[in-house]
Amino acid sequence: MKTTSTLLRTPVALAAIGLMVCASGTLAATFKWSSASDIPTLDIHSQNNALGNGIHASIYDSLVYYNSKTFKAEPRLASGWKEMSPTQVRFTLRSGVKFSDGSELSADDVVFSLQRAMAKTSNFQVYTQGFKSVNKVDARTVDIMLTGPNPVLLNQLTELRIMSKAWAEKNKSVEPKDGRTKDETFAHRNAMGSGPFMLKEWQPDQKLVLVRNPHWWGAKDAPTNVTDIVYTPIKNEATRAAALLSGEVDFVLDPSPQDLPRMRNNANLKVIDGVENRTVFLGMDQYRDELPGSNIKGKNPLKDVRVRKALYQAIDMDAIHRVTMRGLSQNTGALVAPQVTGWTEGVHKRFPYSQDDARKLLTEAGYPQGFEVDFACPNNRYINDEEICQAITAMWAKVGVKAKLRTLPLVTYFPMIQRYEASIGMLGWGVPTFDALYSLQSLTRTVGAGGDGNYNIGRYSNPRMDYLVDRVKTETDLLVRNRMLTEALQLQNDTVAHIPLHNQVIPWAMKKNIEVVHRADNRLDWALLKVN
Amino acid sequence: MLAFVLQRLIQALVVMVTVAFIAFLLFQYVGDPVVFLLGQDATQEQIDQLRADLGLNQPFFVQFWHFLVNAAQGEFGLSLRQGAKVSRLIAERFPATLELALVAAGLALLIGIPMGVYAALRRGSFMSQLFMTLSLLGVSLPTFLIGILLILVFAVGLGWFPSFGRGNVVQIGWWTSSLLTLKGWHHIVLPAITLAIFQLTLIMRLVRAEMLEVLRTDYIKFARARGLSNRAIHFGHALKNTLVPVMTITGLQLGGLIAFAIITETVFQWPGMGLLFIQAVTFADIPVMAAYLCLIALIFVVINLVVDLLYFAVDPRLRMGKAGGH
Repeated sequence: MKTTSTLLRTPVALAAIGLMVCASGTLAATFKWSSASDIPTLDIHSQNNALGNGIHASIYDSLVYYNSKTFKAEPRLASGWKEMSPTQVRFTLRSGVKFSDGSELSADDVVFSLQRAMAKTSNFQVYTQGFKSVNKVDARTVDIMLTGPNPVLLNQLTELRIMSKAWAEKNKSVEPKDGRTKDETFAHRNAMGSGPFMLKEWQPDQKLVLVRNPHWWGAKDAPTNVTDIVYTPIKNEATRAAALLSGEVDFVLDPSPQDLPRMRNNANLKVIDGVENRTVFLGMDQYRDELPGSNIKGKNPLKDVRVRKALYQAIDMDAIHRVTMRGLSQNTGALVAPQVTGWTEGVHKRFPYSQDDARKLLTEAGYPQGFEVDFACPNNRYINDEEICQAITAMWAKVGVKAKLRTLPLVTYFPMIQRYEASIGMLGWGVPTFDALYSLQSLTRTVGAGGDGNYNIGRYSNPRMDYLVDRVKTETDLLVRNRMLTEALQLQNDTVAHIPLHNQVIPWAMKKNIEVVHRADNRLDWALLKVN
Repeated sequence: MLAFVLQRLIQALVVMVTVAFIAFLLFQYVGDPVVFLLGQDATQEQIDQLRADLGLNQPFFVQFWHFLVNAAQGEFGLSLRQGAKVSRLIAERFPATLELALVAAGLALLIGIPMGVYAALRRGSFMSQLFMTLSLLGVSLPTFLIGILLILVFAVGLGWFPSFGRGNVVQIGWWTSSLLTLKGWHHIVLPAITLAIFQLTLIMRLVRAEMLEVLRTDYIKFARARGLSNRAIHFGHALKNTLVPVMTITGLQLGGLIAFAIITETVFQWPGMGLLFIQAVTFADIPVMAAYLCLIALIFVVINLVVDLLYFAVDPRLRMGKAGGH
C-alpha cells in the first residue's frame, strides 16, 4: 500500500481500499483492467481468440508456455520432455500440481485435453496439426505421437491448455462447443484449471472476476502480489480512457492513439510501448491476367516484379512512421517481426524510398504514365489502418499510380480479400508460434490444402518458395531449418511478393504503481504482474 | 370493438414482418461471421462446413422463412459471437435497458414539468430565458457528446460518479436490478441524465407551450373571476389539463428511450440491449441484430397499440364506429 497517498484523492479509491482490507485482512492487491471487447468464451478449445487465449492462460495451464522476455517455450505443467524418435515426444508432468478444486493433475487430464483440442468441434486444430495421437504412459508421463517430424511442437503446445477430465465429464463438457452446438455448455461459462487464478464470476460483456487459486503450484516462485483480478470490457475508447484517468481501472490494454499524449503527461499514469509480434503489409494480385477496375487492359501490371518494386520504393515509410504513426511503429522490410525465428537483420532491411527509382522501374516495365489500380484497406482492424492507406495512395500518386482506395470495416473486409477481390490489399499478420513458418505458409505458399496459402491474398506462387515451405514443415535440423526460413524470407523480399510496411507498436497504459512485462503477443503475464 | 382491435393487431403483424424482412435484407451486406468464428487459420473446407451447418448457404428466402417460423416461437437462434441463446442474452440485458429508460423518463418528467411550468408562469424572467436557452442546447447537443462531457467533468474531474458500468446488481428471479443498492444508483446517475436530457427539454418546451395555451382559455379566466388563488388556478386547473398531451408524448417516447439508449449505453458501457446490439454489429452477429430490431419494433408496435386502444376508450367518436379514419 505504498501508493495510498495518491489513491486517497478519490473517495471511490478510498472505499475500494477499505473494502479490500476488510475482505482479506492482509496486503492483498486487486488488479482492475480493461480493453475494448470481452472474451468470446471460457471454453479453452472453442475459439482461437487472442484476448481469450490470454485470459484463459490465467486460469488454465499449458504443458509449456513462452517466457515473457525471451519467448522461448519453458516448462509449465510439463517438467521435462524428450524426443524418443522423430515422431514420438515424451513429456513428464510436474509433480504436485493441483487443480483449483484440489484434485491432482494426472496424465489422464493431459491426454483428455489434447484430444479435446483435436476434436472435430475444436477451433484449436491449427495447434494440433501433425498430431497423430496422445497416449498415456503412466500417471505422470504422456507421449505425443506425430505424423512426421515437427520442429514447432513446443510452440504449438503453448496454446493447448489442460483441463480436468473429471470436471469436464461431470459437467457434460467433454466436447468443445462450436457454432453448431445448440446451446452453451458448462465449460463455456465456467472454468476450472490449475493456473494462478480461478474464476469467481463472469457476466459476459460486463465483468470477469478472478481470484487467486489457493492450490496454484507456482505460488512460491512467482513475484505477483495480485489476489483479485477484475476485467471490464469497455467498448468506447473515450470511456476507457476516462476510466483509467479517474482511477476506476488500473490498466488499459488498448488505449487509443489520440489519448496517449495526455496519458504520458499525467503524473499518475505511465505508458509502456512494446513492439507487437505483428507485421502489417500489402498484398498484390499476381494471379489474374487483367486487374478489374484498372485502365490497363489485357495484362496485369502487378505480375511484373519491377512494378511491385516501384510501388514498394514509392512509399515513404519514414514519413508514415513519423506523421501517421506518431513514432509508434517499427518499419520493416521483412514479413515477420524480430522476435520470430527466421528473422535476421538482413531480411529486415527495406528497399530505400526513392521516387526516382520508382519512376524508372515503372518506365522499364512499360508504364511511364503509371496506371490505375484498386486498393482496399480495413478501417478498424490495425492501428491507423485507414490513415496509412490514404498516405500510401498519395505517395503512389506522385509516381503516377492512381490507386482507387476503398476502406471497409473488418467484418466485410476479410471475407472480401479472401475472395481475392482486392487488387492491392492490406493485412497484418501476428505469429503466435513465433516461427516464420506460420507466416510463410499462410502468406507466400501457393494456395492449397491444409492452411497452405490460406491468406495469400495476391495468390503469389513461386516453386522455390513452395519447396522451402514444405521442407521447413518437417525439417528437424534446427540450423538447416533456420537457414531455409531466412532464405524464404529473403526470397519474399527479392520477388516483392508482398510489400512489408511496419511492425505495430502496442502501447499499454496503466497507473504508476502497476508493474508489468510488455509481451510481444500483447498478453499480460499473470505471474509477473504486481500492484505496488 | 373486437373488429377494431383485430384490425390493429393485423396491422401490427404486418409491421413486424416488414421490419423483420428489411432487417434480414440488410444483414446480407453486413459481413461474414464465419471468418470470425473460425479465426484466421481456418481452411476453406472448415469455412464451407460451418457455413452449411449454420444454414448460411441456403437461399435468402429459405433463411428468412426459417427465421420467421422460429421468431414466432420466440426463438432467435444462437448468438454467433457468444454462443448463447439470443433469447436468453436479450432477457439478461433487457432489465438494464428498461431500468435506465425508466429512470431517465422519471428524471425528464420530474425536472421537465416544473421547469416548463415555471417558464410559462414567469414568462420573460431571467430564469425562464435561461431555461429556454439551456433547453435549446439540450435539444441540439448530440447524446454522445453530452455523455463524454459528463464523464469528463463528474467522473474524471470531480470523481463524484463512476464513468462506466452498472455497479452492483441484485438478482430477483430472472430480473437483475441495480436500483436496490446505493452503488447501483451511483452508477445510473450519469447515463440516466445523458439519456434524459433530450426528453427533458422536449417535455419542458411542451409543458410551457401547453400551459401558455391553457392559461388563455375561458375557464381559467372564469376561475380568476371566481377569486381562486393563483396556486389553485395554476396547479389545480391549468397544469392538470396540460398533462394530457404530456402523458401521451411521454408514453410514446418511452419506446424511443429504449431504442435510442444504444448511444448512451455505448458511452457508459451500460450492459443493456443497445450495447449488445452495437457489439453484435461489429461482429456481424446476425441473430442478435435481427432479434434486437424485431424486439424494438415490437415495443413500438405495442406502445402504439396501447395508445390507440386508450384513445378508443377515451374518444367517444371512435366508439360510434363510422366516424371515418383518424
